[in-house]
Amino acid sequence: MTGRIHSYESFGAVDGPGIRFVVFFQGCPLRCVFCHNPDTWDPADGTEVTVAEVVDKVRDYKPFYRNGGGVTLSGGEPLLQHEFVLALIHALHAEGIHVAIDTSGGIPLSVCKDAVDAADMLLLDIKAYDRALCAEITGSDAVFEREKELLEYCESVGKPVWIRHVVVPGYTLDKEKLEALAEYLRGFKCVERIEPLPFHKMGEHKWEPGLYRLADTQPPTEADMEMVNAVLKAGR
Amino acid sequence: MNFVNGEWNKAVNVRDFIQKNYTPYDGNDSFLAEPTARTKQLWEELSVLLEKERNAPGRVLDADTKLISGIAAHDAGYINKDLEVIVGLQTEKPLKRAIMPFGGLRMVEQSLEEHGYHLDPEVKKIFKYRHSHNESVFKVYTPEIRAARSAKLLTGLPDAYGRGRIIGDYRRVALYGVDYLIEQKKAAKDQLDYPQINEDILRKREEIAEQIDALEELKEMGKIYGFDLSRPAQDTKEAIQWTYFGYLAAVKEQNGAAMSLGRTSTFLDIYAERDLAEGRYTESEIQEMVDHFIMKLRIVRFLRTLDYDDIFAGDPVWVTECIGGMGLDGRHMVTKMSYRYLHTLINLGPAPEPNLTVLWSPRLPQNFKKYATAISVRTSSIQYENDDLMRVDLGDDYGIACCVSPMRIGKQMQFFGARANMAKCLLYAINGGVDEITGKQVGPALKPITGEYLDYDEVMARFDEMAKYLANVYTKALYTIHYMHDKYDYERIEMALMDENIKRTTACGIAGLSVVADSLSAIKYAKVKPIRNEKGIAVDFEIEGDYPKYGNNDDRVDDLAVMVARMFMNHIRQNNMYRDSIATQSVLTITSNVEYGKNTGTTPDGRKAGIPLAPGANPMHGRDTNGALASLLSVAKIPFEDCEDGISYTFSMAPSALGKEMEDRTDNLITMLDAYMDKTGQHLNVNVLNRETLLDAMDHPEKYPQLTIRVSGYAVNFIKLSREQQLEVISRTFHEKM
Repeated sequence: MTGRIHSYESFGAVDGPGIRFVVFFQGCPLRCVFCHNPDTWDPADGTEVTVAEVVDKVRDYKPFYRNGGGVTLSGGEPLLQHEFVLALIHALHAEGIHVAIDTSGGIPLSVCKDAVDAADMLLLDIKAYDRALCAEITGSDAVFEREKELLEYCESVGKPVWIRHVVVPGYTLDKEKLEALAEYLRGFKCVERIEPLPFHKMGEHKWEPGLYRLADTQPPTEADMEMVNAVLKAGR
Repeated sequence: MNFVNGEWNKAVNVRDFIQKNYTPYDGNDSFLAEPTARTKQLWEELSVLLEKERNAPGRVLDADTKLISGIAAHDAGYINKDLEVIVGLQTEKPLKRAIMPFGGLRMVEQSLEEHGYHLDPEVKKIFKYRHSHNESVFKVYTPEIRAARSAKLLTGLPDAYGRGRIIGDYRRVALYGVDYLIEQKKAAKDQLDYPQINEDILRKREEIAEQIDALEELKEMGKIYGFDLSRPAQDTKEAIQWTYFGYLAAVKEQNGAAMSLGRTSTFLDIYAERDLAEGRYTESEIQEMVDHFIMKLRIVRFLRTLDYDDIFAGDPVWVTECIGGMGLDGRHMVTKMSYRYLHTLINLGPAPEPNLTVLWSPRLPQNFKKYATAISVRTSSIQYENDDLMRVDLGDDYGIACCVSPMRIGKQMQFFGARANMAKCLLYAINGGVDEITGKQVGPALKPITGEYLDYDEVMARFDEMAKYLANVYTKALYTIHYMHDKYDYERIEMALMDENIKRTTACGIAGLSVVADSLSAIKYAKVKPIRNEKGIAVDFEIEGDYPKYGNNDDRVDDLAVMVARMFMNHIRQNNMYRDSIATQSVLTITSNVEYGKNTGTTPDGRKAGIPLAPGANPMHGRDTNGALASLLSVAKIPFEDCEDGISYTFSMAPSALGKEMEDRTDNLITMLDAYMDKTGQHLNVNVLNRETLLDAMDHPEKYPQLTIRVSGYAVNFIKLSREQQLEVISRTFHEKM
């Protein structure tokens, strides 16, 4: 079994609990306007690797995972390669390593359910709690429903989820929409943590010239982020 | 005071005193006291002086030009006598630099001239009749050593200044009082009387006699400040004062490259615990003493040349103090005093000195780990060294000299050897011993490599041979230097505060390990074509294809780094060492990696001529592309048994990359340190700051008077680095999360 990998980060401290080895998968069906890794979009790009190769890379770092850490499968969209993800999770579990999937929820649950079931937890990036805005951001009409379906499934099986939400002025930096998202999330016991991520432009240089639409958008201010945190974490 | 007695009552044995009397502390930081009004005012007054110093020409506020420094040479000096609870300065004024010409008169003269002062002719006259260490070394250096030195194959050798890296057991002054120490030394001298006399016995007798003189002078210095050091210290305040006077005597007498303090906190905590229990002092009073003591350590100064600053930047003294660690009996050695020392970084703000070093073990109490890492995240002023690794051979009463050099306190010293440039050595192997910059024949005229592409086996065979030559000329230089240093600039007071029979090491070192590993990897796994000039010297290299790079936890290249370290150490071991010392090696550059890079041509890894080498055992800037842990694991593979003088790794990370919340950051740092030490990494310098902060500090130094950053085994005040060094620090890999 082989998969296509973009790159590795041996020290991930912001992608799930503890210290994590992050595997960036190649290929993503979405085209988010603020994407900071557009170089992971093309599923034909990247390096072909076997499950054993990835596990070999990860194994050396086991002592660093003792405080609740492990491996995070990110991307790109890891669930685009759900079969490889499933095989990889089994192999990592055999080593006693905790595995999180960092997904945007763009793959239908019917397709990727086995991989989701196998993972220890999900980091779910909800692009917008608003159908039209979600479509505008991702370029896909289907994502909004799929994200909700995935989260509701996690609730039904008790799969821990950390919600992430990119805060972009002009898009998601909107108190009403944030309040709606917060209200929606309050109904979920599986949601352990909500992490608003301030939009940044550090990936701009990776875009093809002329395609990046947020060149004039500024990152949210600290005050903006305080507001977002207050709204999203209210009542939790 | 009421102590548990033991071996320490029968002979000098500070460790025994500590083990029988210290109280491990498992609690958290809530007991710590804020700075007192006196501390705040004193620090404010000192800050004004420090600012004046920063703005003075050459950053020298004042310098003595007449009085040769000695233990009791200067009158008492104060910052503000009414406020200071711990007293004592190197000269009669704060930040006034003393002259210590026995290491090298030329260095004193040059330093003074460079800063706008002139040496008194009377001092110069004295040296008509007496040699300094520096002159004597150069009288006997061979042409071969001189050539290697001027080609910068060897750099930073302590042949023009004091060698340093010797730690007196300054605690002995407090525990025993000076009279007892003199008695012991006299007895030791009396024992050195055999039916047959020889040079060795005479030398030892002379050295002990010198030590006794120095101890007498130490008492005199105490009297100048109004203290009677002949007797043991009676309480915490005296214990700190006595210990500090021991150290102060050393820095009045020796302008050593690194003048480290040792391991004093747990020792002093014993006094503090008694005084707290007996109500003699409050926590606030004890913290005040510690704050004032640390303030003194922050203003130790030496007069040094501008050249020196190129190699060891930012005016470092390496007042290295070790904190924590585990005892041989399984108890940890963290005490309240460990917290108080680190707490000075909050009470007085961040600072590069003293070089606070936490001896880390995964078994240290969790509360202390949390506190230390939180201070790291806030101040970037702490370094961490692997106690589990070092305790095996060194026990539980060792300290660190300089950056990463471990030694038993009072029982071991080293002959400091600076370092050899391995990257240049590799070029010599390719070019048949001809220097790639000057075109001179410096090394042995081996056959140069002439093929179109470099062949790994051929290069390795020549490299091995060239390394053998380098190890030989290097150790000859060190033998010469230390023979003369003992003769003309003997460390009387430091040696007086040690046992008579001590272990000595000759501490060699290497620079450019990662460049060499990557070069060999390029030759082995890609195709490397030398571009030769008209004289046939390879001055550039074309690399076809990619190759594994050190710093990515890739055994293919990491094994090459390990092999090079082992190979050079084995060559060193084949040579004679001064005073039968044991040869060791460090992978440490301090800031000399910039200077080394300047003097090294283009290397087969693609690094261009003049570009800085990576510091210490760090991967080359920007080549570690698999994240922080991959580079940690690469460095941890460098074998400590072949690099017993330390393996330095400096690590910089943006706060946001270390975790989202403060608690995540400290938790992650703890886990990282635990695992790195389990993987037998020896040393980790931790910087937690943003690249933007450093860039801003370059343009607006006035906004960052205390910005401290860790570089290769020590810490510096960032704004005191040259622009070139600042840029080099910024260009290093910063682990930032995208």
